[in-house]
Amino acid sequence: MDADTAERKSDGAVVRDALGVGVAVGLSGFAFGVTAAGAGLTVAQTCALSLLVFTGASQFALVGALAAGGNPLTAAAGAFFLGVRNAFYGLRLSQMLALPRAVRPFAAQWVIDETTAVALAQPTRRATRIGFTVTGVTVYALWNLTTFLGALGADAVGDTRRWGLDAAGPAVFLALLAPMLRSTTERAVAGLAVVLGLGLLPVLPAGVPVLVASLAAPAVLWARGRRRGTPSEAAEGETR
Amino acid sequence: MNIWIAIGVTAVGCYLVKVVGLLVPAGALERPLVKRLAALLPVALLAALTAQQTFADGHALVLDARAAGVAAAAVALLLRAPFLVVVGAAVVVTAGVRALTG
Repeated sequence: MDADTAERKSDGAVVRDALGVGVAVGLSGFAFGVTAAGAGLTVAQTCALSLLVFTGASQFALVGALAAGGNPLTAAAGAFFLGVRNAFYGLRLSQMLALPRAVRPFAAQWVIDETTAVALAQPTRRATRIGFTVTGVTVYALWNLTTFLGALGADAVGDTRRWGLDAAGPAVFLALLAPMLRSTTERAVAGLAVVLGLGLLPVLPAGVPVLVASLAAPAVLWARGRRRGTPSEAAEGETR
Repeated sequence: MNIWIAIGVTAVGCYLVKVVGLLVPAGALERPLVKRLAALLPVALLAALTAQQTFADGHALVLDARAAGVAAAAVALLLRAPFLVVVGAAVVVTAGVRALTG
């Protein structure tokens, strides 16, 4: 029993971790609801985004691009590219969770940053499953409820800028970005993307600069590959 | 109507990438280059989006209260504050700076 409790985290501890993350993130749906309504979306459109898209960064990106007057398909493309990371979360999770194939299409909607972070932090398969499920239920329920309240309350809130709510979107992005900036490669990609995103903003149609900025990823990979990929070539160049 | 099209395309696209991750055999997306690129693409997108939503006003670049708010969020992140505190700090500081500067 003692060895058992030492090795495995108790179910209660997993549930507490999952609830902590789920409640904090779920409540920020309010900021999304207000932002979306402030950007001119109806309550139904705002709620549809949280129910069907359910990946916060993509939702904020879509709404931000639409508010800036972006073409709907360019806006959707940016949101989609941001969502692509969830495919790689799913790859990791599918091994950890080992779900029956019939359940996977239903579990898929919950494959997001937060459920992945909680699930992958658990020591056993049982804990992983509990962490994923509790975080998924909590975030999904609260995110959609607070989106609805935010969208409804947007009129009462009035000017979202006065309440600083236009800073919620970039703060969410920054919170998701920060843990990814581990190595110089990541920092170089982020720096180049900022330069491209801001530099091209005045000259390209809304939404397009972000797509161009995503090219920072292959560009930095390519530059690094050239720099260190072929040491024999570099040595050769020096001897000549 | 245009907005509904954008919502529909985004919803279908975002669901498909989620389900692909769970259904696809692990080997298919395990190539090192694909994994590297997949890890770096969100970095580029999030960095560009953060910068734009902090400094853009339409097609113009501006320095306003949002920059102070996002800076506050960055400080909260450095102090390892929880997610909601990070977002809250950005909102409160932005509102505060606007209230003070009119």
